[in-house]
Amino acid sequence: MDLELSEDQKLFRNTTAKFLDNELPVEKVRAINKEGGGFPAEFWTQGAELGWAALLVPEELGGGSISGNGFQDLAIVAEEFGRLVSPGPLLPVNTVIAGLVEGAAIGGPDHTETIEGLMSGELIGTWAAYEPKGHWDPLNPSTTATKNGDNYVITGVKDRVEAGDAAGVFLVTAKTASGVALFLVPADAAGVSVELVDSLDFVRHHATVTFSDVTVSADAMVGTESATADIVERMLQVVVALQCAEMNGAINRVFEFTVQWAFDRYSFGRPLASYQALKHRFSDMRTWIECCNATADEAVKAVNNRAENSARLVSVAKAYIGTKSVQIIQDCVQMHGGLGVTWEHDCHLYLRRATTDRQLFGTPADHKRRIADLIGL
Amino acid sequence: MLVTNIPGHDRVGEFMSDQLESVEDFRIRARAWLSENMPKLDPAKEYNTNRVADREWVEHRALQKKLFAGGFAGICFPKEYGGQGLSPAHQAAFTEESVSYEMPLRLNVPSLSICSGMLLDMGSEEQKQTYLRGAISGEMILCQFLSEPSGGSDLAGLLTRAQRDGDTYIINGQKCWSTFAYAADFATCLVRTDWDAPKHRGLSMIIVPVHDDATHLQRVRMVDGSEEFCEEFFTDLVVPAGNLVGTENDGWTVGQRQLFYERQAVGGGSPYVSGQPPTRGGSSATVEEVARAVGKDKDPATREIVGWQSALDTVNHQLIKRITVGMASGEYPAMASSMMRLAHAEIPQHKMDVMLDIAGDEAVTSVVGGDGYLRSVGVQFLMRQGASLGGGSSEMSRNMISERVLMMPREMAADRDVPFREVRRGR
Ligand SMILES: Cc1cc2nc3c(=O)[nH]c(=O)nc-3n(C[C@H](O)[C@H](O)[C@H](O)COP(=O)(O)OP(=O)(O)OC[C@H]3O[C@@H](n4cnc5c(N)ncnc54)[C@H](O)[C@@H]3O)c2cc1C
Repeated sequence: MDLELSEDQKLFRNTTAKFLDNELPVEKVRAINKEGGGFPAEFWTQGAELGWAALLVPEELGGGSISGNGFQDLAIVAEEFGRLVSPGPLLPVNTVIAGLVEGAAIGGPDHTETIEGLMSGELIGTWAAYEPKGHWDPLNPSTTATKNGDNYVITGVKDRVEAGDAAGVFLVTAKTASGVALFLVPADAAGVSVELVDSLDFVRHHATVTFSDVTVSADAMVGTESATADIVERMLQVVVALQCAEMNGAINRVFEFTVQWAFDRYSFGRPLASYQALKHRFSDMRTWIECCNATADEAVKAVNNRAENSARLVSVAKAYIGTKSVQIIQDCVQMHGGLGVTWEHDCHLYLRRATTDRQLFGTPADHKRRIADLIGL
Repeated sequence: MLVTNIPGHDRVGEFMSDQLESVEDFRIRARAWLSENMPKLDPAKEYNTNRVADREWVEHRALQKKLFAGGFAGICFPKEYGGQGLSPAHQAAFTEESVSYEMPLRLNVPSLSICSGMLLDMGSEEQKQTYLRGAISGEMILCQFLSEPSGGSDLAGLLTRAQRDGDTYIINGQKCWSTFAYAADFATCLVRTDWDAPKHRGLSMIIVPVHDDATHLQRVRMVDGSEEFCEEFFTDLVVPAGNLVGTENDGWTVGQRQLFYERQAVGGGSPYVSGQPPTRGGSSATVEEVARAVGKDKDPATREIVGWQSALDTVNHQLIKRITVGMASGEYPAMASSMMRLAHAEIPQHKMDVMLDIAGDEAVTSVVGGDGYLRSVGVQFLMRQGASLGGGSSEMSRNMISERVLMMPREMAADRDVPFREVRRGR
């Protein structure tokens, strides 16, 4: 909830919120969960028509944003997603786009067609960065890409791949003879197999993707090998700042309905909101949420502006919001009493989303250590 | 209560004025002036220690006079009272430029940020010309006489009385916990002028001299050995009636204004604070410095803790920035400053805990007469709760956030609408 949004951006937030509220209110999200999760394809293509996959694409490739601050606008969408625990590959698609755009700027092989496909919503892309049993360490894959004439042969297993079942293309981090590189691998290439896993999120799917001697051409590389670390850094900042915006949307929404509940729920003849012990907990939550809003905004702005300190500000936001968001939601569960731990109540939908965002692409602990590195300890 | 209702809010518009010198031009001018006029920090000297040396008051008054003569004092105060009529962005630039110079930091809180802020909004023209200008020019130092032994949180329940006598007020009673009063010239003193009205409606704010034969002032020793606190006993202290700020019995309105500036100052978001404490040495040792000093800087667990504290410190600044924006635009009520105040207690306290943990067994002993990081960690820890008491307690902030931001029901008050003389008091 940036306090300094432009009029364009306020309008964009309203239309996004209205669209999500109409198309996928929480009852629909519950229905999707009942049917096994994932996301309705037409929902995502409609979203793409609203620009959800175009905001990070430069104008010359057909993208752009009205406000001129594409990443800020994207974070608005992510926040609204958080408010309604929306399904849909907002994070993976835009992370891949960020990688492709970065690769193109560096002068790697042309991936315009893929970018166009992603922008239209017809093609889903996702970053295959994690490996089984591995922690967050994207520049240290055991998946290999072996040069074979003009081609590369990719072998390895990636897991925790969001929307892996819906993806038409994977962005794979793999070890080469001389370093690490990023490759675009089509899901229908020979040797690719996808297996869904159970996800904590209410609707989002994650998959394990196996690459058994998958051959791609050298043009499948994104950017250049020497620029891989920079591209990965950009993708990391993009996905983490979006996670922060999403967690933020979730806690703001949960807090709203929990405050309302505190006014409506009576105990010993008076509302919960009249007990000082509880008022103080609400004040703490309100203050930490304000901190979350503040740090998410700064991270988003830094990524949008490619600020010099964006790496640190993104990690600050992730460490902070990752830590506080789930504590706040758990405290809101507590305020609801027994109802809060039922399937029936919406709290757990938000807790699932926030916990998923918290744990992936670096836990708060990972980001705390990263901050120590970044401040030169 | 929206910010638009509070006096002084219209000044925000003034800050936006495009007739102001640009921040960048101002910065360049400030840089040049600082290098020619202000003393550079001396690496051999210990700054910002827990104990305020008496010489600092003399030095800081002189430094403030220099700022004033150079046209850099009271950057956000209006020109007609000796300020510069510039914006918080100009002030922030000046503070950035001033980090390697000695600055009159002791005058920031409470003199400039709290007492002067209140006077600007609530003082008469004459009071502003005298006391506000006095504080900005370095001629005077102001302090606050609010808390009393009977209670600080329930400020409106205070017992010090002032009686009108012709053109004067005669004051009797006792104040306590007044920071830096021993070094100040005047205090903004909240007193009771009507005992038959309910507590909030019988108060008045009066400017009183600190050093007077009718006032017995005593320094109070704190747990860290410092003596920043004072207590004062008034026996028939006579002050001119013209020292009344606002109107008689409307002191609560004036006091609330002062408390607003206090929360802002104690929360770290005052536009009237100039300069920042030197980042090295004394009580401002950083967590990184402590980690290095005990050789734990490569330990992953310590690095994680240091990274977390660094994140919290950053978030604290981001919060101040956001709430300041929210209050200026009217989106947030003035009471939103309580969130700033609460965070500014919790986060520094977390830091003290972290430092103590990292300093480990080296925090409790030190070479006699020695100083440096590790010693200050233990001593600072003793004063930990000061951060959640001074400037209003964290519990009171939580009351305020829940009641004035979240609009939850007010606490039961046994003294509401009761004539003050009938209100029950503790022993
Ligand atoms: C470093 C420092 C500097 C200070 N500087 C000044 C100064 O310059 N001038 C000045 O006048 N005063 C000053 N004070 C005093 C300060 O404002 C008071 O200490 C503070 O307001 C608390 O008042 P008290 O000490 O009387 O405690 P009490 O009001 O007696 O409170 C005792 C405890 O009870 C809690 N409590 C009280 N009422 C409630 C309630 N309704 N709901 C929940 N909890 C409650 C409080 O939070 C506190 O924990 C300073 C204090 C410190 C620590």
